[in-house]
Amino acid sequence: MQSNEHKTDRRPWVLLSPSLLAITLLVVIPMAFMLVYSFYENIDLAVDRVAFQFGNWNEVATDSYYHTAIWKTLRLSIIVTVLAAVLGYIPAYFIAMTKFRDKWLLLLLLILPFWISFIIRTLSWIHIFGNQGALNGLFQFLGLIDAPLSLMYNEFTVIIGFIHVFLPYMILNIYVSLEGIDENLEPAARTLGATPWQAFREVTLPLSAPGLAAGCLLVFVLTGGSYVTPLILGGPNDFLFGNLIYDAIISELNWPMGATLSFTLLLLLGLVVVLYSRLMGLNQLSKAFK
Amino acid sequence: MKIQVWTLIKTYTIMVYVFMFAPILVVLLLAFNSSQFGGFPIEGFSFRWFIKLYENEAIMRAFRTSLLLGSLTAIISTTLGILAAIALVRYEFRGKNLITTFLITPILVPETVLAVGLLIFLRWLHMPRSFGLLLLGHCIIALPFVVLVVQARLVGIRRDYEEAAQSLGASPLQTFFEVTFPLMLPAVFAGALFAFTISFDNITATAFWRPSGMETVPTQIFGMLRNSVSPEINALGFVMICITVGLPLLAGGLARYYSRKKI
Repeated sequence: MQSNEHKTDRRPWVLLSPSLLAITLLVVIPMAFMLVYSFYENIDLAVDRVAFQFGNWNEVATDSYYHTAIWKTLRLSIIVTVLAAVLGYIPAYFIAMTKFRDKWLLLLLLILPFWISFIIRTLSWIHIFGNQGALNGLFQFLGLIDAPLSLMYNEFTVIIGFIHVFLPYMILNIYVSLEGIDENLEPAARTLGATPWQAFREVTLPLSAPGLAAGCLLVFVLTGGSYVTPLILGGPNDFLFGNLIYDAIISELNWPMGATLSFTLLLLLGLVVVLYSRLMGLNQLSKAFK
Repeated sequence: MKIQVWTLIKTYTIMVYVFMFAPILVVLLLAFNSSQFGGFPIEGFSFRWFIKLYENEAIMRAFRTSLLLGSLTAIISTTLGILAAIALVRYEFRGKNLITTFLITPILVPETVLAVGLLIFLRWLHMPRSFGLLLLGHCIIALPFVVLVVQARLVGIRRDYEEAAQSLGASPLQTFFEVTFPLMLPAVFAGALFAFTISFDNITATAFWRPSGMETVPTQIFGMLRNSVSPEINALGFVMICITVGLPLLAGGLARYYSRKKI
């Protein structure tokens, strides 16, 4: 056994090679090709010419249409992240601190949404806010309104849809770091004269910051990269940067522009991930799985 | 004072859980609505939309595609993921942290970007969209999650058993298949189930990768959503929730029941 564990043990590399090969071939190389493609020239629908020109990049850098989309995406991602953090922290705190016998049930319910189809969870809000939704039904039943109110297909429903889908990520990440805190610390702070609020603010909150940060990163990046939720729950003006990519590739068949926009999104969200990993390290992200 | 704050926290938590589950319960409820529209008011109890669902050839075809895609994704990504997880848990080698980060890159790249990248690569290779592309794509999306899940479970398996088997004369292969693998089985199932769910649920990348004319369940639902939610979608939602939530819960419950019985 001992003699096998030399520096030149090839076995882990043999075991790792299929995965490493797959990721290299299906993620790393395609990303490189995407960059190359962003310099190509679009001639007609689905027709492009091999070239090295900055036309696409120039368009992204100067056209205010794209700038608006970037700002919209940034704004919406921040709103969703902050709201998810505010909505998610207290339940995470409750689950971590409760003496409730069936705590496992709360945790199970937290994991359950991950198993339920994303598109079903998203469209379920049409049943709440839509013209035939629960709210309009209730208002009409109570005689408050005669015709259904138009509550759907706006920025609000897009935000609700995002939070609904991403909230479990946030709660789970915060819970994991709260659960790791020595439970004697808060009482210790109390005996030293801190008020409950002080004990929470100066002991528990800072110690749970890594989980909170991991949850925020996940929600921010997931929101910033999506395009399906605005298509289902938003109006014509509620598009994100991802929607421009979808339109460029699927509707306009402008591949070079699609590549340029995708690479832009990769750079923008990649910047956020790099900043985060500099501050926090990436280890916290995988803790939620344990 | 302290009790009051705690009550407040508890109420808030309950409200967040209601927020998470109320819309889903509404879908489950509306699946049995006899009305010809997908929304409120509820006019009566009926199974008619389940029958309509079963008779809808497009949905059933999408269902079969999704089942096949999910199963193949589970098999392939779990196989790759287990090998990688064993390497990470059982061996010490240089650059382990770097490799771990590399293995989760498919999570770090936004799915939209991942989808476009792979599509452009295939375009450069002059390969059209195909079921194979969908399968490869789904595998690469599921792989990091499988690695993380299996790795987390694998850490808990003690090496003593393997060493005992080997000291009793088992060959390394025998040890793996007769000791390590059975111990790993729960991790394998957890990883495979996760991979299946990820594939079965995926729409963001699938909408880019699917060949024209091929639909998975999520893209089929998405295509049907243009005007309003049809009652068939509610019924489909009910069936999907039963499969992805009901089956694992049942399996977990049964496993628990039998393991208790043994003791």
